[in-house]
Amino acid sequence: MMRPNLILHVVAKFIIPLIILFALYVQFHGDFGPGGGFQAGVIFSAAFILYALVFGLDTAEKIIPPHWLRILAALGVVIYAGVGMESLLLGGNYLDYTLLGSNQIAGQHLGILLVELGVGITVAAAMLILFFAFAGRGRD
Amino acid sequence: MIDIVINITLLAFLAITSVAIVRMTNLFAIVMLFGIFSLLSAGLFVVMDAPDVAFTEAAVGAGISTVLMLATLALVKRRQKPYYDEAPRTHRTWLPLVVVAITGSALIYGTWDIPGFGAPGAPAQTHVARYYIENAMPDTGVPNIVTAVLASYRGFDTLGEVTVIFTAAVAVLLLIGGKRPKPPVKTKDKGKHDEA
Repeated sequence: MMRPNLILHVVAKFIIPLIILFALYVQFHGDFGPGGGFQAGVIFSAAFILYALVFGLDTAEKIIPPHWLRILAALGVVIYAGVGMESLLLGGNYLDYTLLGSNQIAGQHLGILLVELGVGITVAAAMLILFFAFAGRGRD
Repeated sequence: MIDIVINITLLAFLAITSVAIVRMTNLFAIVMLFGIFSLLSAGLFVVMDAPDVAFTEAAVGAGISTVLMLATLALVKRRQKPYYDEAPRTHRTWLPLVVVAITGSALIYGTWDIPGFGAPGAPAQTHVARYYIENAMPDTGVPNIVTAVLASYRGFDTLGEVTVIFTAAVAVLLLIGGKRPKPPVKTKDKGKHDEA
């Protein structure tokens, strides 16, 4: 489909792991620095979009099959809502993380981490779904 | 002092980019300029000490939206047809100018009542912001107050936002996702469905 371009391939292969690493940093360091699940999800999806742009849509869809993306997009929301349900079951209010840990700080930390993880998963999957839907449109 | 110089430079670039976008007809160049516009806005947010917002603007506005618009552009024409070649002029040329001038002056008049940037007496500083600044650390132990507000204090809002993003993905999938099946050729029982 696409004419192989050596420079693009080499640079992309070098840069994509760094983008994913940065996304993970933004995801899990969001409590302490700028960032969080939303930004991390977008950066994470940007790595795969770069891969799809350089190596072609079909190769990218082999790495992340579209039906996985649909499951992941739903999974993020389920994680978020599940944290809320868990705090309900533990006897607190919905999305009150205090009871998740041994003390308030630990509970809040765990709750925020899980919730941000849910946000990140859903955003990354949703962005990739959007990209594949738009980019795959011209193929047939 | 350096803030003011950077602000003026960035705002000047923003204005130049907007004018260029308005005057251009090549859609590819316009999409690229949109990306530059978002990146400049992200720079402005950084100068205003809002790195979280700048992050989002740079990643979504300059990154993903540009890619999505380019993907859309690949499906449609690259060049916008100049509309004045075909459509007859139905209005006077000074009318839009008057409307823009009145709207613009009304907006500028509206900014007179806005408190100064970072003014301690501004409503944004005196209501819940104070509570968050004082209590976020003892309540959650999270140094980034933005994250604490987003994920803990306003957890319901963020849950709603995630659901919105999920809904958007589902909607796009329903509208243009997947492979398009060929329309089934049915001629016999067409009349029955029309009745029902």
